[in-house]
Amino acid sequence: MITALRALAVAVLVVVTVTLQVSIFSSLSIGGVVPDLVLLVVVAAALVRGPDYAALVGFAAGLVLDLAPPADATAGRWALAFVIVGYLIGLARPEGDISIVNTFVMVAAGAFIGTSVYALTGLVLGDPGVTVGAAFRVVPLTVVYDVVITPLVVPLVVLLFRRLEPIERW
Amino acid sequence: MQPTDPRVSRVLLGFLVLASLTIITLDARRDTAGSPVDPLRTATSAVLGPVETAAASLARPIEAIPRYFGDVRDLRRHEAQLEATNAALKQRLRAGRANRHRSAELQRIGVFASRTGYSIARAQVVAIGPAQAFTRAVTVDAGTNDGVRPNQTVVNADGLVGRIVSATAKTATVLLIVDGKSVVGGRLTRSMELGLLSGEGDLSGSGGLKLSLVDHTVSPRPGDVVVTWGSHGGAPYLPGIPVGSVVSVHSSPAELTQTAEVRPYADFSSLDVVGIVTSSTSHKPSSTANNAMSGSRQARPTARSARPTGGAAPPTVSGAKPKGSGR
Repeated sequence: MITALRALAVAVLVVVTVTLQVSIFSSLSIGGVVPDLVLLVVVAAALVRGPDYAALVGFAAGLVLDLAPPADATAGRWALAFVIVGYLIGLARPEGDISIVNTFVMVAAGAFIGTSVYALTGLVLGDPGVTVGAAFRVVPLTVVYDVVITPLVVPLVVLLFRRLEPIERW
Repeated sequence: MQPTDPRVSRVLLGFLVLASLTIITLDARRDTAGSPVDPLRTATSAVLGPVETAAASLARPIEAIPRYFGDVRDLRRHEAQLEATNAALKQRLRAGRANRHRSAELQRIGVFASRTGYSIARAQVVAIGPAQAFTRAVTVDAGTNDGVRPNQTVVNADGLVGRIVSATAKTATVLLIVDGKSVVGGRLTRSMELGLLSGEGDLSGSGGLKLSLVDHTVSPRPGDVVVTWGSHGGAPYLPGIPVGSVVSVHSSPAELTQTAEVRPYADFSSLDVVGIVTSSTSHKPSSTANNAMSGSRQARPTARSARPTGGAAPPTVSGAKPKGSGR
């Protein structure tokens, strides 16, 4: 029951994040690049809970992002990207408390991995929008923008994931 | 939830990666018959579309503060402006139609003449795809309830914006003409020459279009106006809608056709109110209409060829390249 409630809370968080990203933060775009709020949620999940939980959250959040309008690309690409981000960041997370510097590094790494995997799957599938030139422009911009927005988003989400954590943590 | 056993962890990762790859594979094979993922996509749109609309309407007053200070008079003026825009837009569409009539080869479109005018559903852009997704698509707050169907033409006061690729009850997704996947049949108004306008796939700003002319002996000049050529049944693009003007011309001996850079009239960096031409429902049923009824992305036409229905029939332009054709 409580597990279901926790899952529901994460689901609400994901929906709110996706909505914010496509409807509100889209007006804050720099060169078309919008801060990747969903990615920040996945990274925060990885920092708090580790690779398995983050991979699950990444899969769910990525799938919603894949299917929510105005997404028009092949579905499953964000899901794959965020599973990998969640898992890798979860493995790479430092022991003990989450430090500020580490958070920035993890977000930068996550943004790089996520956008790159997404671009790569696009290249493999022959998505005409994905060109190497576009990827070289978009990926660094995404990393920078995500790092910039980190202080405003990640602490809140980290707090929320801590709240949602079962007490009987090993 | 937190398996300590690394084997369990690896199994979970493997499962999730496999699930993602399965979804990608299923969806990548979509064609005119649709994709198995479509029901999921439609369901997500049906839930998230209205949420996005609500979020956008909440955010709009804040975003709009610099534009007008919430004064009722200003709002009224804004409304009047929109009305004027709408009227001008309809005017333009009729003018485009009239132009088309003047050209003798297109006389057979008598169906259009009998109509009083296109009916336009007004809609607001409520969500914009990020550059990270490498597409130029937006969500608008009009859906099947307003008569919006896939493959309808989307315009704004300046010119052609794009076409509807999917629609749910209250929202619809518009693929902008500057997207890399978009191809529009275009016509130079000066010489009536036909060409194909493909989106350059710029992920930001106003974006550009590349015009390749069918007849390589004709050379476009900077400043030439390009309008839509029109497709069979008016879907996905109605004829005579202003698209943009030629800014520069390239010709290389290696290429058979001349290509020109076209700057679209619509400003894709600041799309706000758009109009969706919904009157195409009155067209006689065709493969397009059938697709439109089934209500989702399968309506993306791939390669409808010219219809051999008599000499005067305009060739059909497909709205999109087949997937994976690349550039």
